[in-house]
Amino acid sequence: MSVAIITTQDSEPVFHVIDEHDHPEGASTMLGFWIYLMSDCLIFAMLFATYGVLGGNYAAGPAPKDLFDLKLVALNTTMLLLSSITYGFAMLTMEKSRIGATQAWLAITGLFGLAFLGIELTEFAHMIHEGATPQRSAFLSSFFTLVGTHGLHVTFGLLWLVTLMVQTARFGLTEANRRRLMCLSMFWHFLDVVWIGVFTFVYLLGMLR
Amino acid sequence: MTKEAHAIEPNAGGHGHAAHGGASHGSLQSYLIGFGLSVVLTAVPFWLVMTGAIADKQVTALIVLVLAAVQIVVHMVYFLHMNTRSENGWTMMAMIFTVIMVVIGLTGSLWVMHHLNVNMMPLHDMSQMP
Amino acid sequence: MNPDLVKMIFGRLNLEALPIHEPILVGTFAVVATGGLALFAIVTYFRLWTYLWREWFTTVDHKRIGIMYMILGIVMLLRGFADALMMRLQQAIAFGGSDGYLPAHHYDQIFTAHGVIMIFFVAMPLVTGLMNYVVPLQIGARDVSFPFLNNFSFWMTVGGAVLVMMSLFVGEFARTGWLAYPPLSNIGYSPDVGVDYYIWGLQVAGVGTTLSGINLICTIVKLRAPGMTMMKMPVFTWTSLCTNVLIVASFPVLTAVLALLSLDRYVGTNFFTNDFGGNPMMYVNLIWIWGHPEVYILVLPAFGIFSEVTATFSGKRLFGYTSMVYATVVITILSYLVWLHHFFTMGSGASVNSFFGITTMIISIPTGAKMFNWLFTMYRGRIRFELPMMWTVAFMLTFVIGGMTGVLLAVPPADFVLHNSLFLIAHFHNVIIGGVLFGLFAGINYWFPKAFGFRLDPFWGKLSFWFWVSGFYFAFMPLYVLGLMGVTRRLRVFDDPSLQIWFIIAGFGAFLILLGIVAMLVQFAVSILRREQLKDTTGDPWNARTLEWATSSPPPDYNFAFTPVVYDNDAWWDMKRRGYRRPLTGFKPIHMPSNTGTGIILAGFATVMGFGLIWYIWWLAAVSFVALLAVAIGHTFNYHRDFHIPTDEVVRTEDARTRVLAAGAQT
Repeated sequence: MSVAIITTQDSEPVFHVIDEHDHPEGASTMLGFWIYLMSDCLIFAMLFATYGVLGGNYAAGPAPKDLFDLKLVALNTTMLLLSSITYGFAMLTMEKSRIGATQAWLAITGLFGLAFLGIELTEFAHMIHEGATPQRSAFLSSFFTLVGTHGLHVTFGLLWLVTLMVQTARFGLTEANRRRLMCLSMFWHFLDVVWIGVFTFVYLLGMLR
Repeated sequence: MTKEAHAIEPNAGGHGHAAHGGASHGSLQSYLIGFGLSVVLTAVPFWLVMTGAIADKQVTALIVLVLAAVQIVVHMVYFLHMNTRSENGWTMMAMIFTVIMVVIGLTGSLWVMHHLNVNMMPLHDMSQMP
Repeated sequence: MNPDLVKMIFGRLNLEALPIHEPILVGTFAVVATGGLALFAIVTYFRLWTYLWREWFTTVDHKRIGIMYMILGIVMLLRGFADALMMRLQQAIAFGGSDGYLPAHHYDQIFTAHGVIMIFFVAMPLVTGLMNYVVPLQIGARDVSFPFLNNFSFWMTVGGAVLVMMSLFVGEFARTGWLAYPPLSNIGYSPDVGVDYYIWGLQVAGVGTTLSGINLICTIVKLRAPGMTMMKMPVFTWTSLCTNVLIVASFPVLTAVLALLSLDRYVGTNFFTNDFGGNPMMYVNLIWIWGHPEVYILVLPAFGIFSEVTATFSGKRLFGYTSMVYATVVITILSYLVWLHHFFTMGSGASVNSFFGITTMIISIPTGAKMFNWLFTMYRGRIRFELPMMWTVAFMLTFVIGGMTGVLLAVPPADFVLHNSLFLIAHFHNVIIGGVLFGLFAGINYWFPKAFGFRLDPFWGKLSFWFWVSGFYFAFMPLYVLGLMGVTRRLRVFDDPSLQIWFIIAGFGAFLILLGIVAMLVQFAVSILRREQLKDTTGDPWNARTLEWATSSPPPDYNFAFTPVVYDNDAWWDMKRRGYRRPLTGFKPIHMPSNTGTGIILAGFATVMGFGLIWYIWWLAAVSFVALLAVAIGHTFNYHRDFHIPTDEVVRTEDARTRVLAAGAQT
């Protein structure tokens, strides 16, 4: 750089951009949203750490083996995986600006998400019915909090999905709506990644304990 | 001289970049590959644990963990389209930093709390302190 | 009326929550209420509400938001310092059977509130405010990446502060110490609203802090002027980047751990209880994973300020720019590896304790490197001892003492003796006052002329400086002595009369600091009155080096009429040296974000929701949460978010500056 300075010493150096363009709105959004996801990831990390530390404290209450039904978890995981690929299809159709197909895929994604939540709530209701409430032991407190926080994220994802479907229906696949759909896509796939941690760390390893 | 100013521009972050800063969207093929891989990587650990195919639980646990790690990478690459180019590598940088933080927070907490448990639980022989 | 119905409507809020039987609080309330009414009357009389709403409350301009952060920080400083003064007075007189003047449950709230307010609502807003104001200017940007989010973040911080302040007059604050360790903070031992005020105050403010962290990272990464590569960024921008990375990577941890504590309190889970498998030590572990980086969140920007000030007032390029940057990055990473040194005594055993002891000692190396960089910058420099530089020198002397005692505390066996003693209190006040606060004062004196177009009065500034610095030493050196003698923190009464003299000296120090604060307020007032004499027409009153001094003081809404092009890490110095001439023609319309009231409305609902949750007014919490969601979703349907400043307005602004500069050049 110092070389450049010397060579430009005689000619008038240019200290400002002459033909400036407007900053495209939302140029930082994808990066910003990604950083938000990273911070959310740390919230989950702390919940995982809490589960890791307290997950063995059954306080003479039920243990994972008494509670978990892996078939149900497998079904649930399937729902989430399917919703992931259907969201992918929504993004691909969005690329081609096919509003109808995009909306349809988004709706299917939402239904899979809803199914996931339904199954999770059934599981929770069943456990609570058997007396395995969040208050029963530190293991159950951390289990319900970790899995429940993930479920809460899915719920907000669904709310967001509906909002974006309304947006798209009203304003079409505008630049802003495309950006928002991409953010939600990242959010949705991120929840998948967290779920991999949940079913491995909580359910599968819990059954092995 | 305007030329020089222009030449510098790409270094300086997002000036003039379009909204998606080079982020790729993936193709139908990549989505399907990712989906196929993640189905396999999910099915295998579930099968291992549900059937107890490997008698040694520790080995099973290790395999399950490794498969989970691989699946996370698969999701990152095929669904989240992680690469070193998008946003001039800043997304990758942010992720690596986060992974380091997560590892520190998780292993650190487990390590610290394990020691606290071992040392501070009653009826424990203090001469064995780690 | 039916008591069940009353309970449903008001939760646990009733008339007993008002502290009418506590004369101190009634007096404080009278003063605050009179002051508040007077302010309200003045604003109403001069018909300023519309102006305030349009130009300030709804603004998305990073400069105005920065200034509002600073005002919040300074107002809260008065509250936090009042708490400190009350503690010093209590400890100075509670000897020989005297109970002092503060009952225990009041005293305990005071030391908790002091810590919480000073960290979260004084240091954080002041640091965030400076970063908000300066960073976009230093990198040649027109605003931050997400201007609306910036406004929202600010009002969330205010919302948290409002909740904490409200606890003074409605109910009470936590009596648990500033980190609210369970099991004391659990519902069994703290059934009152105090800890709930604490939790929701911090949660509401924490959202704002995290979002503003994300915002500033994106700003620095994406909006730098052409030519400003990472290694050409000013050091303050670098330290801001690292601080915001720390914020984004540590505040989620605080959010998570406070959420777990609130689950324990509200739902009856067993995370941090003593039975059913809960483990209170896990709380301590988690909160310090946030807590230690927090210290560096505060001090790194201060390091950045000192770097700018030292280079400017020594008239030299900063010595060892690269090593400064690397030291900052190393501190950023290392600050995550030391958290256990806050609880060496909890029983982790030798291997864990020595690991964290060693990492703690290692972190002093990059800090030491910075210290030498500043010294070498000053070496053979033409030093001008203006106020910012005076604060910097005071910092260098004071902070080294604090750093040394820190390394001392990092030795686990020494910590077993000194843990929770007044030695620790003296240590962290030594680094936070000597490092963060002195840095902020240097920064305020340094950038004030940029923000307002006139300098701060040097006479009252120097008075304030000497009161502050001497007051600091009088107030905290005795605490080192007391700590070495084994006096622990948070005590309300003392038996041993030989200790009293040290507490009296410390109390005298606090009084000197009071004079320092008063002198500082007078300094602001005098400077506003004398603003014509103290006027800065050049935009560069200190002959400084970085880009923020290239524009006018105060900068126009759009900061720079043309985006600057950068060739050197002292960009403005380079421009001056190479005969930069301000462009006078060729202006274009400038694209800017529009103001919006959504931020303040959202934060208002969040605060009301916090209040509802604190007092178990479930319907209020639910209604405000739904409203929050509705407004947030509604905002996505707002497509009028930006506008262009027309060319003739830019021309008018720039021509006015040309005239001012010409007039300044003649005199």
